Amino acid sequence: MGVSIEVQNLNAWYGSNHTLQDINLNIPANHVTALIGPSGCGKSTFVRCINRMHETNPIARVTGTVRIGGLDIYADARPVEIRRRVGMVFQRPNPFPTMSIYDNVAAGLKLNGYSNRKRLDEIVERSLKNSALWDEVKDDLKKKSGASLSGGQQQRLCIARALAVDPEVLLMDEPASALDPVSTAKIEDLIFQLKSQYTIVIVTHNMQQAARVAEKTGFFLNGRMVEFDSTHKIFTNPSDKRTEDYITGRFG
Amino acid sequence: MVTDHAVTALAVLATILVILPLAFIFGYLLIKGASSLNLNFFIKVPVPEGELGGGMANAIAGSGVLLGIASLIGVPLGIGSGIFLAEFGRGTRLANAVRFTADVLNGVPSIVMGVTAYALIVFPRVRFLPFLGHFSALAGGVALGIMMIPTVCRSTEEMLLMVPHSIREAALGLGVPNWRSTLSITVKTASPGIITGCMLAFARVAGETAPLLFTALGNEFWSTSVNDPIAALPLQIFNYSISPYEDQHRMAWGGALVLIVLIVLAVSLVRFVTSRGVLKGNS
Amino acid sequence: MAHRAACTLWVLGRPLVRLQWGKPGDSCEFLLVCILFFIAVTCLSQLPGSLKCVDRTVPEIRVAQSLPEPEAVHSPEHQAAAVAGHSEIRRYLLARGNSAGADRLFKVLMTLCAISIFLIVALIAYQLVDKSQMNWARSGLKFFYTAVKDPVTGQPQYWDPVNGNFSAIPFIYGTLVTSFLSLFFAVPLAVGVAVFLTEMCPGFLRAPLSFLTELLAAIPSIIYGLWALFILVPLLRQYANPVLNKTLGWTGLFGSDNPTGLGYLASGVILAIMVLPIISSLTREVMTAVPQSQREAVLALGATRWEMIRMGVLRNARIGIVGAIILGLGRALGETMAVLMVIGNTPEVHKSLLANGATMASVIANEFAEAFSDLHRSALVEIGLALFVVTIIVNIFAQLLIWAVTRGTPSRAH
Repeated sequence: MGVSIEVQNLNAWYGSNHTLQDINLNIPANHVTALIGPSGCGKSTFVRCINRMHETNPIARVTGTVRIGGLDIYADARPVEIRRRVGMVFQRPNPFPTMSIYDNVAAGLKLNGYSNRKRLDEIVERSLKNSALWDEVKDDLKKKSGASLSGGQQQRLCIARALAVDPEVLLMDEPASALDPVSTAKIEDLIFQLKSQYTIVIVTHNMQQAARVAEKTGFFLNGRMVEFDSTHKIFTNPSDKRTEDYITGRFG
Repeated sequence: MVTDHAVTALAVLATILVILPLAFIFGYLLIKGASSLNLNFFIKVPVPEGELGGGMANAIAGSGVLLGIASLIGVPLGIGSGIFLAEFGRGTRLANAVRFTADVLNGVPSIVMGVTAYALIVFPRVRFLPFLGHFSALAGGVALGIMMIPTVCRSTEEMLLMVPHSIREAALGLGVPNWRSTLSITVKTASPGIITGCMLAFARVAGETAPLLFTALGNEFWSTSVNDPIAALPLQIFNYSISPYEDQHRMAWGGALVLIVLIVLAVSLVRFVTSRGVLKGNS
Repeated sequence: MAHRAACTLWVLGRPLVRLQWGKPGDSCEFLLVCILFFIAVTCLSQLPGSLKCVDRTVPEIRVAQSLPEPEAVHSPEHQAAAVAGHSEIRRYLLARGNSAGADRLFKVLMTLCAISIFLIVALIAYQLVDKSQMNWARSGLKFFYTAVKDPVTGQPQYWDPVNGNFSAIPFIYGTLVTSFLSLFFAVPLAVGVAVFLTEMCPGFLRAPLSFLTELLAAIPSIIYGLWALFILVPLLRQYANPVLNKTLGWTGLFGSDNPTGLGYLASGVILAIMVLPIISSLTREVMTAVPQSQREAVLALGATRWEMIRMGVLRNARIGIVGAIILGLGRALGETMAVLMVIGNTPEVHKSLLANGATMASVIANEFAEAFSDLHRSALVEIGLALFVVTIIVNIFAQLLIWAVTRGTPSRAH
């Protein structure tokens, strides 16, 4: 089951570049939340702060509080523990090139020392079914490398890999931006099905996509969160002038 | 225009002049070496000077032992420091210093490495350490192992830097601990390239003679003991080539052919692997 | 000339030696040497760094906890409830530690591996200094520039193990002569090959030809020696040396008193073949690093191909080419086996390039295992120490020059 995410006074820097400024936001559990905004506005940095990936860059810095299911992830946990609970799908599909499809999906568990073969088989099958990839790859799970799939399949493989560790939150950083329309539609269907089990945060620069998949939408601009409301409200009756300008395509 | 043609002609001539010795060397190795190779060469030990027959089985086995010891020292240290340079030390002072020292170590003449190994292992006599104080395979292996480190280190670093950042992120994003993701994902992805680097280092020290002259010393008999003087292929080639007997010259050419075939195989393999791309299939 | 070179060389090696005046083998002193060495290396390593203008600011990750913690979120019931609601996988992963200790251990181990490289180089320096003490105490700097004269004939006795008279002059001389001879042959050829391969070669020939030149580098020096001893030396003896003697004998550089064909010239030729691939591959690298726009700029002025190569490529790459040549020199200085086999191994100084001689590396290889006395061995180690110091200086110098040219271009995979 998904959990809610509370963000208070989150600030983030890349070197001297203040990329996130005083973000306050509550992301509800078991919903799809979309973050939109022009590129460079900080929305990717924001999701990377939620699973502490931001700090893997040596010049990066974070202050503030993020609570996932009540746990203060910066004060009370180590990055490794957080990342196991908060799955992430990246902009470009990044399956492990040296591993088979099966090993890619099982990687999160195997590399954390889980070795129950029978359970692993079940989990791999379930994750691939959940990511709508099972029927396409079930015959050569262990024969084909993850890198041999098409781009859209690779991205669904990455989703399956993230689902296999049974996360509570799923972060998606522009998951469809490198894909063709057919693959994009598949990913969006998938997001729709997954939201009953996970809290999903999706970053996108495609407003139609946000309108299609998300219940809640946040608009980011220049490192600040301008507006956060139900998707319907954001797209039909935004309360901030800047949001309206962006939605109607006047800039960005 | 005349200069232009003249320069082209000179450059072509230079290239031919460079390829020529190569053809010469390989030609002679094949002609002189092949005729002295037979089964006995690989399964018999040398006969006393002046007698006919015998083989270089002891030298081939000895080279194997020496290279084994060298790899035990050079490969882990080299890969470890390569991992440090690529994963932990990026842009730090320590990393720059290590990189620089590795380049320095790479330029140290092999004969100096031999003197060092002699001073470290052959020279000191310590009461409870029986492996010190005499010529031994260990001393030779240490000298060769140290020579492997810089090559392995720098190629490991280069190969790790070629692994795309997104792969590391994928592993970290799954909550895999850093050490596990480095070893099982980054190093594994770069492993064809790292193995290539190890092969290069291996090929380089396989033909080294100078550091063995007064460490491994050489041995006319069959020995694979780490604690005794041991024969080595390049050492045997040297001893035979400066001997006055025609038959030993013949053996030297045979040994040289075996050595060069091994090295060329290793280098070609390296060439093949690197030309195919280290990270095949990674889009 | 030899005197001044020896002095410069020794001033650099001296701090290390000073430390050793006490009892050799003291571990405290060894630590000191290590620390000094480490500092020196760290200072030196800043040079290429500053050339590359690397941004080294690495601010640490700071996580502020400015907000007061709301109570009850962390109550045991809350966590228990959270755990109870989880699947088996989640419970497994939750129970799994954060492996912070393993991560730290891994980092420490890898760092130790890296530091071992310092220790090894320091150990080499220490051993060479320590084991050359006896000879240093006896003859000091004079080892490098004077020799005892024979009281009867007045001829210098450079190397006399039986009477314990040692001087490095013939070996320094031999090393310099053979190295520069090899550069004399190799540099024009190497640059020619590099120009051909980067600028003129048809595409289908480039890969095989560059593979062949690199193959030259993979051949072990013992095989070069073998080939030189049995093929090259007889050729020189029969054809080249008599001709050289007849036509150029009047210069005194090509005397006729050595019938063997061994000597400086043979060593120089075989060394040239050995250093050629190094120089040509590095020259190729720096020439490739010259931006295409430079070539086009010169061509646009109506230059011919040769003018384009000369002004657009060679001029821009010249520092790097000098670096490549110096790196080749570094290899030639330390090369042992091939030289050992064809130089004749006589510790004498001759003006004639056709005469027998010895180099620093070859004399160590030739005499070390059967050294006559401890003093003899110590003198050989001191030659090794000098060789070590010189090759390090030469290599550092070459690396700096090459870095100055290739910085900014992606490094080539070996």
